[in-house]
Amino acid sequence: MSAGHHHPIYRPADTPVHRLPPQCKLAAVVAFAVFVVATPRERFWAFAVDALLLAAVAAAARVPVGAIVRRMAIEVPFVLFALAIPLIGTGERVQVLGLSLSAPGLWAAWNILAKASLGVVASILLAATTEPRMMLLGAERLRLPRLLVQIATFMLRYLDVILDQMRRMRIARESRGFVARDLRQASVLAKSAGALFIRSYERGERVHLAMLSRGYTGEMPTIRDISATGRDWAVAGMLPCLAAMTALLAWSTT
Amino acid sequence: MHVPDGFFDVPVSVGAGVFAAAGVAVCLRGAKRELDDRTAPMAGLVAAFIFAAQMLNFPVAAGTSGHLLGGALAAILVGPYTAVLCVAVVLLVQGFFFADGGLTALGVNITLMAIVTAVVGWAVFRLITRGGPRGRATLVAASFVAALVSVPAAALVFTALFWLGGTAPIEVGSVAAAMGGVHLLIGLGEGFVTALTVSSVLAVRPDLVYGARGMTRALTLRTADGDVQVGPAAPEAPSAGIGLRPVLVGGALVAVLLAGVVSFYASSAPDGLEKVAADKGLSAQEKPHAAEDGPLAGYSVKGVENQRMSGGLAGVAGVGLTVVAGGGVFYVIRRRRRAADSMTPASAQ
Repeated sequence: MSAGHHHPIYRPADTPVHRLPPQCKLAAVVAFAVFVVATPRERFWAFAVDALLLAAVAAAARVPVGAIVRRMAIEVPFVLFALAIPLIGTGERVQVLGLSLSAPGLWAAWNILAKASLGVVASILLAATTEPRMMLLGAERLRLPRLLVQIATFMLRYLDVILDQMRRMRIARESRGFVARDLRQASVLAKSAGALFIRSYERGERVHLAMLSRGYTGEMPTIRDISATGRDWAVAGMLPCLAAMTALLAWSTT
Repeated sequence: MHVPDGFFDVPVSVGAGVFAAAGVAVCLRGAKRELDDRTAPMAGLVAAFIFAAQMLNFPVAAGTSGHLLGGALAAILVGPYTAVLCVAVVLLVQGFFFADGGLTALGVNITLMAIVTAVVGWAVFRLITRGGPRGRATLVAASFVAALVSVPAAALVFTALFWLGGTAPIEVGSVAAAMGGVHLLIGLGEGFVTALTVSSVLAVRPDLVYGARGMTRALTLRTADGDVQVGPAAPEAPSAGIGLRPVLVGGALVAVLLAGVVSFYASSAPDGLEKVAADKGLSAQEKPHAAEDGPLAGYSVKGVENQRMSGGLAGVAGVGLTVVAGGGVFYVIRRRRRAADSMTPASAQ
């Protein structure tokens, strides 16, 4: 669920991982996630190798284990779902600790847990070592549609403003004795949402006018050029290449 | 609910990614028409609003709480194209900046939570507001139904994707029942909150509600000489945007391509579950499917020798059947709508 994680994970530091151009890191993490998902789930060692690769990146970026583990709480809803699969799954039943579990269900649960955890850790490492602004510049370098990147830029820039507005409205509600007990109170929350929409929309209009008066023509100027050298790509490419080799080995040793 | 990595196999993830990219590309063009050069700041701020609104938890019952998904709400407030863009950006930001939702599952997440909810919500909303009487009550009721339908629709598409390439061995029927049931409840809450939110915005700034364009009455000044209509008699109702034809043709091409070509590769190796089943000797327990002897059983066409050709043909035939079934429904609805449309001018005059 998307509640309670509105603080970006970025941890400022000066390590080789932090210094890599953002477009290299973005491409590397996405490719890594694809190769992990393509790895056959019966090869436990392949996932151990992938985990070791991520551990090496974390060590190089000096991201503490505790920070990663705390952030991994985000996958708790799906972990709960994955744990339920062996109970409700079909197929042969095996007895584990007196529980009758589905064998393919156990495989599926393992599959989701392993791949989702590796993917989440890779994303956490990316977000922890890349400033949000740089990530957007990197996305633009990767030829993502400029309009899409601009929308994301504005969203990130004003997110805290909007969230603060929402927080002030919550404090105002609560200081007048409002407690959300059941669905009947939803109408109050919906009115808050409506007010929040009007305020966001009107702020968007003001921002647009302010930008027009400063010469906005529909495109943001490039202030900072971030170009990647071949060496940068080679360094960033190590992670997905090793993961791809692991996946290939895992497939060929079936 | 964000789908993590590893929940769907690679072909489905890639297919959904291609579909999501195409959908977002169409919406980028459409949003420029809805918002012209204001697109970036406006859509950005609305995306921030959706992100914030998703954090408004409302208690449902017995200690559980739900939160808004916002696809239908965004479509009604800012128009379908901008809505898809906003929710897609929210999902992208959640995936890359907050590690919420798998990166390989981004295509699936955008397809389900941005495209399906916004498009279905908007279609239902338009269907009702066009047919029903003008006025705030119709708009609010239409918002309720649109949001209510959009959530189970996304759950059903999830089930379809799960059937195509889910990695968990759960019967599709029970997934459909569980997902549909739970999301019908969530949809009720979503519809309730969406309708109330739209209603409160309509009360303060009806001009901001995209879905209400052309639906609100023009301002009337009551002077000593009688009533005077002021200003343009309400801006025209939003057009459907680009014609339906390019979307239909493009969609059909993508579907046939995916079904015919991708299934070559998808079906050439047994999937993980089949493989484990064969390894562990589970195959003996498999019950024959009821449609085992059907002409498309096991995704291959009987009487076609080449296995890959046959798989591809079955895929194309499946798409054809779906298109015919969907087209039939669409045709019936449109005929009804035309009948309704030909009624309304007479009654309006």
